[in-house]
Amino acid sequence: MEKTIDKTGVRIGMWIFLYSEIILFGGLFVLYAVYFHAFPDDFASGGKELNRIFGTANTLVLLFSSFTVAASITAIQRSKKIQSMTLLVISILCGLIFLINKYFEWGAKFEHGLYPNSEHLLEADPGFIIFFGLYYTITGLHGLHVIIGMTLLAISLVLVMRNRVSAERYAMLENSGLYWHLVDLIWIFVFPLFYLVL
Amino acid sequence: MNEHEQEHTLSYRFLGMILLGLVLLTAVTVAVSYRHWGFLNVPIALFVASSKATLVLLFFMHIKYEGMVIKVSFISTVVVLAIMISFTFWDVAFR
Amino acid sequence: MEQVKSFYETPSPPGLTGIKAWLLTHDHKRLALMYLWVVMFWLVLAIFIGLALRLELMFIGETIMPPEIYNSFFTLHGVIMIFLFVIPAIPAIFGNFFLPIQIGADDVFFPRLNLFSWYLYVIGGLTAIVSLFTGDGFADTGWTFYVPFSITTETNVSLTVTAAFILGMSSMLTGLNFVTTVHRMRVKGMGWMQIPLFTWSLYATAWVQILATPVVSITLVLVVLERFLHIGLFDPDKGGDPLLYQHLFWMYSHPAVYIMILPGMGVISEIIPVFSRKAIFGYKGIVVSSMAIAIAGSLVWAHHMYTSGMSDVSVFVFSLLTFLVAIPTAVKVFSWVSTMYKGSILMTPPLLLALLFIYLFSVGGLTGLVLGAAGTDIHVHDTQFVVAHFHFTMFGGTGFAFFAALHYWWPKMFGIMYDFKKAYIGSVLTAVGFIFHYVPMLILGLQGMPRRYFDYLPQFETGNFLAGFGGFLMVAGLMLMFVNLWSSFRQRVQASDDPWGGTTLEWKVPSPPPLHNFVEIPNVMEYPYDFSEVLSKAAQNRG
Repeated sequence: MEKTIDKTGVRIGMWIFLYSEIILFGGLFVLYAVYFHAFPDDFASGGKELNRIFGTANTLVLLFSSFTVAASITAIQRSKKIQSMTLLVISILCGLIFLINKYFEWGAKFEHGLYPNSEHLLEADPGFIIFFGLYYTITGLHGLHVIIGMTLLAISLVLVMRNRVSAERYAMLENSGLYWHLVDLIWIFVFPLFYLVL
Repeated sequence: MNEHEQEHTLSYRFLGMILLGLVLLTAVTVAVSYRHWGFLNVPIALFVASSKATLVLLFFMHIKYEGMVIKVSFISTVVVLAIMISFTFWDVAFR
Repeated sequence: MEQVKSFYETPSPPGLTGIKAWLLTHDHKRLALMYLWVVMFWLVLAIFIGLALRLELMFIGETIMPPEIYNSFFTLHGVIMIFLFVIPAIPAIFGNFFLPIQIGADDVFFPRLNLFSWYLYVIGGLTAIVSLFTGDGFADTGWTFYVPFSITTETNVSLTVTAAFILGMSSMLTGLNFVTTVHRMRVKGMGWMQIPLFTWSLYATAWVQILATPVVSITLVLVVLERFLHIGLFDPDKGGDPLLYQHLFWMYSHPAVYIMILPGMGVISEIIPVFSRKAIFGYKGIVVSSMAIAIAGSLVWAHHMYTSGMSDVSVFVFSLLTFLVAIPTAVKVFSWVSTMYKGSILMTPPLLLALLFIYLFSVGGLTGLVLGAAGTDIHVHDTQFVVAHFHFTMFGGTGFAFFAALHYWWPKMFGIMYDFKKAYIGSVLTAVGFIFHYVPMLILGLQGMPRRYFDYLPQFETGNFLAGFGGFLMVAGLMLMFVNLWSSFRQRVQASDDPWGGTTLEWKVPSPPPLHNFVEIPNVMEYPYDFSEVLSKAAQNRG
């Protein structure tokens, strides 16, 4: 057997991993669908508590970072090492901005006493409690994925720097990119479901 | 392997166009959320989100240039997710 | 051919000697054997826990353990058997060893990931052990971890659930590896319709592993979150719906029973044609039914919930869909039986075990229809009948397929042959004990004895005593079987490259196989179960 790297095979493996991530979030979306069906009014009033500006800003940040990741792959394919590295740094910074935004958003909610099992929340309607339960679970899990994605991008950045990732061999960068796009993809659905359902 | 392994390089310009499309769609969905069309708001929001997801999948994630294996298996995954949600409604919608 | 060194004898690279040659190996064959030993450890442990449970139930009142221990023990028995034995056994051991060889590859696609999966499996098992001795003891919820009990009980559910999460991850990554391997590493000339049926069944299983496992992962995460943060997603006080837990749980755990049985069916599909010296009846039918079971099996999860208070419409729909799964299953059973019809049958221990599989699994399948029909299920729901039913499928099915696979591939994996006579006695004793053990439980269930109960009314005494008696017979048979296999290491009767007359690629390489499996690029037959060569060779030897 010749020992060339089968790039398509590596990509298939990565995609299969992404499917499992999609289904992982899928379980939560099942809960969302059922509870939204049960408490449409409470979900609307829950959505009003969230800050649409913050949400939109975060959406744009993630979309932009997805673009820079895709562009960094184009750069490496063209052997533009510095460009690729710059784009990756920008992507990681975008991830950081996203997390900082999220931190302030969560912090504001905590200050209003809206966190799981808080006294203030427990006085509210059941649907309202569930809305925030789902909000914290889904955005928390998503935030965790942002952190993992940033780590992967950072590893790719180092590998590009050391010429371990190059125009001939960039599976690692490509797979980290796929992971990052997935994080974006999930946010694309989370954003309207929580911030825009009014 | 036998199938052509040509790597697709997408130009910055093209990727930028996709980004522009995504930003415009985001603007649309946020704008719609300020109007109150009752029940219609949800399907519109989900439709826009799906369009955005499709753009990301096809071009940022290169699915358009992948072989059948990835295309078919991705669609199957979405179908599985749809079944998970819809079959649960056999229960919750009729209780 | 004789000169080729087997993978045991091939010297390891420097720095990877001794125990490291195993613990850091990327070789799928070594990993398979490492899985074998760990799985065997768990299997034997869970067998004896099960026996202790049945000994407790043999007599009314407390016999050998208090009720709290009993609750923890049946949970432990379930968790070990499901997550550490039945799900990984056939794919991780025989799949790892033979899937690459059957498709003419030198390893799986991601060898390092394969090693990682093994470590996840071991860590998952260790986590389960740790959860036994820390906190307030092992979970007493049963392996289903139903809310609200799993959220409120004092026992160490969080750690037990974490163990299940890690094991799920390991199983998912193995599936990922297999799918990629089958797609990308088939030897030239092997199209989809030349793939041996065992590999096909693993391929179907792998998809279920990939697409179903994450659901249970997230569900178990939610249980842990509920325990620590009291979010309320399953808590009716806070608007949550505990039934949704059951939906999510069975969304994985029902497909998981097909993760358990499909590889077993694959093993049987290999064994039956080889010892009938006849092409398998309906190759394509079996392939299609494997995929059909994988798909249809994912649509029926709520048939575990008929009495839970979900809507009547869903009881109707899921009952109907459940009956659909019976069709592809029956296609397989008929294909196996038809393969044997007019074949020239050669009786060996693997074939005997395969026949026992067909019989016991059919009983399991048919009792499954009793449970799948909503009307009858309400009568026997959560009784010993259910326990007997799933042991007929999981133990009579997958368990016996596992033993059949052990006996079938033992000479290939180790290059040695075991004693046939003891293997026959062990198999028959296990099967007889099995019948004595589980048939009384079917009857007890119909009479109304609930499952998971520590004690019972006097009218159930005879049945429980008989079941306990059968349990001892069964364990004796199993131990004889294992000791017999083990003692083959002492006797070292050499096995030939193809002791059974098999036609798939693993029988065309030396026993045990060399490090890279194939010395020369293998020749793929147009049809994987063509026995004309085997038969003509046998005729030459005779004449």
